[in-house]
Amino acid sequence: MLGMSANSVSYNEQSSVESGVDAAQENSSIPASSSGGLFSADYKKNEDLKEMLESSKESLKLEAMKRIVGLIAKGKNASELFPAVVKNVASKNIELKKLVYVYLVRYAEEQQDLALLSISTFQRALKDPNQLIRASALRVLSSIRVPIIVPIMMLSIKEASTDLSPYVRKTAAHAIQKLYSLDPDQKEHLIEVIEKLLKDKSTLVAGSVVMAFEEVCPDRIDLIHKNYRKLCNLLVDVEEWGQVVIIHMLTRYARTQFVSPWREDAVFDENSEKAFYDSEEERRVEQSKPYIMDPDHRLLLRNTKPLLQSRNTAVVMAVSQLYWHLAPTHELSIITKSLVRLLRSHREVQYIVLQNIATMSIQRKGMFEPFMKSFYVRSTDATHIKTLKLEILTNLANEANISTILREFQTYVKSQDKAFAAATIQAIGRCATNISEVTDTCLNGLVLLLSNRDETVVAESVVVIKKLLQTQPSQHSDIIKHMAKLFDNITVSMARASILWLMGEYCEHVPKIAPDVLRKMAKTFTSEEDIVKLQTVNLAAKLYLTNSKQTKLLTQYILNLGKYDQSYDIRDRTRFIRQLIVPNEKSGALSKYARRILMAPKPAPVLQSAFKDRDRFQLGTLSHSLNSQANGYLELSDWPAVAPDQSVRIVEVVKEAGAPVFGKSKPGKSDEKFYSDSEEEEEEEEEGSSSEDSSSSSSEESESESESEENSDDSNKSSSSQSDSEKKKKTLKNKKLQQQKPDILNITYLPTQIIQKALLLIIRTKFFLMHIVLSFSNQFVASCRCSLLCLYVFLVCQFDTISWDVRVSLQASSPVFVPETSRELLHRMTGKGLSAQYRFTRQPCIYGNSMVSLQLTLSNSSDQALENIHISEKSSTGQNIHRFNAIERLEPQASVTVSMGVDFNDSTQAANFQLCTKEDEFSVSIQPAVGELLLPITMSEADFTKEQSKLVGMNESSATITMTPENVSSQSVNRKVVSVANLGVIPSSQENIHRFAGKTVSSGCLVLVSVALKDPDAVITINTENTVMASMLLRQFKTALTNSGP
Amino acid sequence: MLAAAKMIHSLFLVNASGDIFLEKHWKSVVSRSVCDYFFEALERATEPENVPPVIPTPHHFLINVLRHRIYFVAVIQSEVPPLFVIEFLHRVVDTFQDYFGVCSEAAIKDNVVVVYELLEEMLDNGFPLATESNILKELIKPPTILRTVVNTITGSTNVGEQLPTGQLSVVPWRRTGVKYTNNEAYFDVVEEIDAIIDKSGSTITAEIQGVIDACVKLTGMPDLTLSFMNPRLLDDVSFHPCVRFKRWEAERILSFIPPDGNFRLLSYHVSSQNLVAIPVYVKHNISFREGSSQGRFELTLGPKQTMGKAVESVLVSSQLPRGVLNANLSPSQGTYTFDPVTKLLSWDVGKINPQKLPSLKGSVSLQTGASKPDENPTINIQFKIQQLAISGLKVNRLDMYGEKYKPFKGIKYMTKAGKFQVRT
Repeated sequence: MLGMSANSVSYNEQSSVESGVDAAQENSSIPASSSGGLFSADYKKNEDLKEMLESSKESLKLEAMKRIVGLIAKGKNASELFPAVVKNVASKNIELKKLVYVYLVRYAEEQQDLALLSISTFQRALKDPNQLIRASALRVLSSIRVPIIVPIMMLSIKEASTDLSPYVRKTAAHAIQKLYSLDPDQKEHLIEVIEKLLKDKSTLVAGSVVMAFEEVCPDRIDLIHKNYRKLCNLLVDVEEWGQVVIIHMLTRYARTQFVSPWREDAVFDENSEKAFYDSEEERRVEQSKPYIMDPDHRLLLRNTKPLLQSRNTAVVMAVSQLYWHLAPTHELSIITKSLVRLLRSHREVQYIVLQNIATMSIQRKGMFEPFMKSFYVRSTDATHIKTLKLEILTNLANEANISTILREFQTYVKSQDKAFAAATIQAIGRCATNISEVTDTCLNGLVLLLSNRDETVVAESVVVIKKLLQTQPSQHSDIIKHMAKLFDNITVSMARASILWLMGEYCEHVPKIAPDVLRKMAKTFTSEEDIVKLQTVNLAAKLYLTNSKQTKLLTQYILNLGKYDQSYDIRDRTRFIRQLIVPNEKSGALSKYARRILMAPKPAPVLQSAFKDRDRFQLGTLSHSLNSQANGYLELSDWPAVAPDQSVRIVEVVKEAGAPVFGKSKPGKSDEKFYSDSEEEEEEEEEGSSSEDSSSSSSEESESESESEENSDDSNKSSSSQSDSEKKKKTLKNKKLQQQKPDILNITYLPTQIIQKALLLIIRTKFFLMHIVLSFSNQFVASCRCSLLCLYVFLVCQFDTISWDVRVSLQASSPVFVPETSRELLHRMTGKGLSAQYRFTRQPCIYGNSMVSLQLTLSNSSDQALENIHISEKSSTGQNIHRFNAIERLEPQASVTVSMGVDFNDSTQAANFQLCTKEDEFSVSIQPAVGELLLPITMSEADFTKEQSKLVGMNESSATITMTPENVSSQSVNRKVVSVANLGVIPSSQENIHRFAGKTVSSGCLVLVSVALKDPDAVITINTENTVMASMLLRQFKTALTNSGP
Repeated sequence: MLAAAKMIHSLFLVNASGDIFLEKHWKSVVSRSVCDYFFEALERATEPENVPPVIPTPHHFLINVLRHRIYFVAVIQSEVPPLFVIEFLHRVVDTFQDYFGVCSEAAIKDNVVVVYELLEEMLDNGFPLATESNILKELIKPPTILRTVVNTITGSTNVGEQLPTGQLSVVPWRRTGVKYTNNEAYFDVVEEIDAIIDKSGSTITAEIQGVIDACVKLTGMPDLTLSFMNPRLLDDVSFHPCVRFKRWEAERILSFIPPDGNFRLLSYHVSSQNLVAIPVYVKHNISFREGSSQGRFELTLGPKQTMGKAVESVLVSSQLPRGVLNANLSPSQGTYTFDPVTKLLSWDVGKINPQKLPSLKGSVSLQTGASKPDENPTINIQFKIQQLAISGLKVNRLDMYGEKYKPFKGIKYMTKAGKFQVRT
C-alpha cells in the first residue's frame, strides 16, 4: 500500500483521477500539500476536487470526499471547498452523506453563513422514518457550532427527547451538552429536557442523560431523588461508559443524602466533639445509638458491587472510589482484589490505579498489605510505575513486614535506573523515620551505601542520612565521624555540602574532627562547587562561634577567599557572615545574636508521602491524578450530620407487577427472623413501604401507556380496562401504533430484573424454601433462563416487525409464578429409549399470539443415538402447532430442550400429534390445564372493579368454600391461585379481598378472579365471557384452596 | 460562565519520530500546537514508555497511551476520570487492530476514511457512543480488498444504513441473524505466570493470571454454559458483559449468550494461596572483575515442574549494564543477538530439551576505564507450554441451549510466561 512516504512520488499523478480503482489506497496518497508544494499546485488540486464534487457521478463525489477527509485528518485546510461540499449534504449515498457530515462539523464554525444552507436538510432528516438517520441528523445539527441556529437546535432536542427510538433520545441527551456549551443561556430549558429524560427507563439513555446532567446542572440534586432507585436498578444493564458517569454522580449524590457509615471516624473525632456534649451520659447515649444504613444507601452499594467484575477498568475504578467514599470501613476490603487485578492491565492503567492505591494505602494499610508482593518492582516497569510502587511499598511498611521490604529495597538500590535507586534511598529514609525499630538498621544500611560506586546513590544517601540524623543527632556522632572520613572520596557536591552542613550543625559532637574538615576545605575551597562553598562558609562561621580559638584564622582565610569569589552569591554570603560573626564597630545589634541565629535548633524535616493530602480529591478523578483541582471538578461534600428527608426518593408508581404483591402480603415479622441477612430484609421492607405509600398502584406497562396517551392527546383515561382499551386500539392510527413503541422498548431491561426479583421473592417466601432447596436443580434454573431467552427473542422479534400485535405486548406482563414441574409426554419404554417431558413456560409465545408456549425436554435413554427427531406434519386434532426444528442427532444419555407453541383455541381439548424419530412414530398428546390457557395482565384496582362490573350476570360465576386454616393468609391465597392459573396479581387495598387478572391466550378474552375471605369461608368469583372456562377454573380453585399442603 | 466541555475533545496520533499523522476533533478545533507539551515530555523521557500518561498544560490536559509505537494523545478540557479516557483509547486501538489486522501508522494512513468513520461513530461530542465491535461492524464494514474493488465498481458503500440491532437490544454485543454452515465454538484457556526469582533461585513472588479467549461462530441466539472442574481456583474474575453474574455467584457456572466472533470471555487471577509451579530454572554465572575489561557470562536453562510437557518458544532477554561494550558468547542451541547501542541481549532458545540443557557461555567486554558495574542484569524469560494450564484449571463441560443444531466444541490450554524475571 502507498504510505505517506509515497506522496512525493504520486504527486504527479494527481491530475489524473481515473476513477481510482482502489479508493482506499488512493486517498491515502493525497499530497499533503507539503511545505515544498507550490501554491499554484495546491490551488489546482483543490480545483480538481471541486470539479469532482460537482460532477454527476456518485463515485467521483465519494472519491473527492474521501480525499477531503484525508486532508482534514492530516490537519490541512480544506475550508475553501465548503460551498462545493455542502451541496452534497442531501445525497442519497449514505457514505457520501456521512463524509459530508464530517466535513460540515469540522468547518461549519468557520463558514457560518454557508453552513445555514444545510440546516433545512437536517430538519427534514429529523422526520425520517429511519431512526439512524434521525439520530445522525440530530448529531450533526447539534454539532454545528453556529449560534444563529440555537432556537432550531432547542426545538429539535425537545422533539427528539420524546422520540420513540431510545437511540434518538440518547442522541438528544448528547445534544443537550452541545447546545449548552454553545449557548449557556438555554440552561433553564435544557434542564427541563434533562428532567424529562432522567425519567426515561431505557438503559441506552440513562448514561447519556446523567452525563448531560453533570455538565449542565450538577447542583440540581433534587432532579435525582425520584430517579435514584431506578438508576441504581438499571445500572448493571447500562452500557459501560454510562456506568462510569452514573456511578460518579451517585457517589456525589449519596454524600449529600445519607449519614456517614464510618463509626470509627466518629470515635476519632471524639475530642473535637467533646465540647458539644453537656454530660458524659448524653454522649454515651449518642454513641450507643446504633447506626442503621439507609436502605437506599445499601441499594447503591449492593447494585454496584457486581460491576467490580467488569472488564472495563474505568468501571472498576469508579466502583472502587464509590466504595472508598461511601462504604462502611469493614466492607472496603472487597475492592482490593479488583484494584490489584487492574495492575495487570496496560501501563497507563497501572499508573492511574497505582496513584489511587497510593492514596488509599496511606489511610488503610490493611487493605493492601496482603497484596504487598504485587507491588514489587520489575526491571521492565516504566520509571513512573516504579516510583509509584515504591511509594506504596513504603506506605505499607510496618514492624512486621519491614524486613522483607528492606530486603527488596536493597535490590532496587542496585538498579541501573539511578533515578529509581535514588528514590529507593528516600523511601528507606521514610521507613526509618516511620518505624523506630528499624531506624538504626536503615541508618547502617545507608552508611554502607556511602561507599557505593555510584555518585547519585552516595549523594542521595548522604542527604537522607542528614535528614535522619537531624531527628536524633546525639546518638550518632560515630556516623558523622564516618562521613567525615568518607568526605575525601565523595565528589557529588550536594553530598559534600550535606556533610559540611552536618559538621557545622553538630560540631559540638565532633569537636576534634570539624576543624580538621574545615582545614581541608580551606585548601580546596577555590575548586569547589558553589553549594559546597556556601556550606564551607557556613561551617567556618559556626566553628568560629563555638571554637574560635582553633578556627579563627581558618575562618578569616575562607572569608577572604569568599570575598573575591567569582559568584556574587558567595561574595554576598561572605559579607553577611563576616558582619554577623566578627564583632566590629559597624556591626549593629545583630552580631550579639549571631550565635542564636546560626546555631538555632532546626526542626527535623518530615519525611512523608507525596500522596499525603491527595485524599482531598475524589479518587479516580483527573484532579486526584494531578493533585491539583482541574477545571470542572465537582467537590465531594461531607456527610450530612442528619440525613435529609428519605421519602423524597419514593416513587409513586410500583415498579413491577409481581414483586410488590408478594412483598406486601408477607405475613410479618415472624417470617423475617428466619433470615439472617439483614440487608435483604431492609430492602424488602423498603419495597413494601414504597408500594404501600403509593395510593394507586399500577403496573409499569399501564403507566407508560397512559403516558403515551397523554402525548398523543388522547383521552387521559386509564387504559387498563380490557374491552375498552381493545376497542380503542382498534381505532388506533398508524402514528399511534408507533408512538406506543417506546413502551415496548422500555421493558427491555425488565426481563432480567423481573425474573431475578421473582426468584428472590419466591425464595424468600418461606413456603417454598424447602421445595426450592430440594429442587433447585438445573431444571428450575434452566427454566428461568429459557424464559429469559424467550423474552430476548421476543423483544428482538418486536423490533423487526412493526406489525406486531400491540395488544399482546402491552398486556402480557411476566408471569408471577412459573411452575417447574414437567409432565410426561412420552415414557422411555413406549418411546423405545426416547423420552419426552413438557412444561408450560407461561410466557407469551414467540411463534404466534394465540399460541401457548411449551418447553419440551427430549432425552435419549437408549444406548444408540437417535436421529431426526421431529413432529410429524399432520396433526390429528387440527390445532395449530408450531413445531420445533428437527433435531438431527441426540446422543445416548443426552437430552435437549426445545420450545414449541400450540394454539389450543381456549379449550382444554388435548393436542394430539406424532413425535417421530428416523425409525419410529409415537402418538403423543398434550392436555393443557385450564390455567395454562391464560396470560397474566396487570391493571389498577379501580380498573379491575370497573371491568368486573361490566361482566355480571351470565358472565359471573362464583362459589363459596370453606378454607382450611393454613390457607387463609393472603400469601397462601396468592400463591395457590397463581400456581393453578397463569394470572397476574392485582394490588388490593382491602385486606381480605384478593384480585387476579388474565386473559385467554387465543381470543384475548378477559378473565377476572377475586377471592373474598370471610373467615372461615371464602367466596371465589370469576368474571369472564368464556363461561366454560370459568366453571373449570372455579372447580380447580376450589380444590386448590380447600386442600391443605403446599 | 462558559460550560466546561467534558470528555474527549480531540485526538492526535503521534508516531515514534514525533510527527502528528492524524488528528480528529469532536468539538471546536484545538490547534495541534497543544501537542508541544507532549513533545516536551517525550524529550524528557529516557524511554518511550516513560512519558507520563497524564500531562497538564495551561488550558488542557493531555492523556496519552502508547501502543504499537504510536502515541494516542487525547485532549481533555476539564475534569474526567482519567481511566475513562485511557480505557477508551485502548478500545480505539483494539478496534483498529480488529479492522485492519495491525494497528500501524501505515495501516491507519491507508484506511484514513474508515478510521475517520469509526472515530465518528465511537464518540459523540467526546462521549463514547458505540464501542462494541459487533455494532461497529454493522455500521461500518471492515475493509477487504475484494470489497474495496467491488465498491468502486458498483458504487456501493461500506456504511450500514440501518441502526445495528445490537444498539437497542438487551444483548448489545451480539448481532441478530447470524448464520454459519459450520457451527463452532473454541475456547482457549491461556495462563500467564508472573514471577520474580531471586539470585539463589528462590521465588520472591509468583502469581498466575489467566484468560479465556473464545472464538464462537454459532448460528442464531445460542445460550452457552461453561463449567469448571475446579472453579474454586479462580480467586478474582472479570467478565465480558455477556456473562450472567448472578449465575456465577450462585453456582460458579459461566452462562452467557456469546458475541459473534472473537472475544475475551473471562480473565481471572488464581488465588495466591496456591503455590505456583515454576516451569523453568536458570543457572547463571555473570561476573565482572574489578580492573579487568572482561566479564564472564554463563546461562543454563532447565525445565522443572512442567507436568511432563515440553517448554517451547523460549526467549531470554537481558538488559546488560551500560558499561558493556560487546558480548562474545556461544549458545549451545538457538541464536543470540547483542545490540551494542541499547545493550540488549536476546537469545532465542526455542525448545528446551531436558536431556541436553541449552546454555549460553562466553565473555563480555567492558569499556576501557569503565568501573565494574555494581549490579548484575536481570534476565527476562518468555516461554510457552502447550496443553497445560499451570494452575490446574480444567473446563468440565460446555453446553448449548436455545438452538437446535450441534456445535463443534473445542478447548485448548496453554501456559505462557508473563512478566517472568530472574534477578542475578
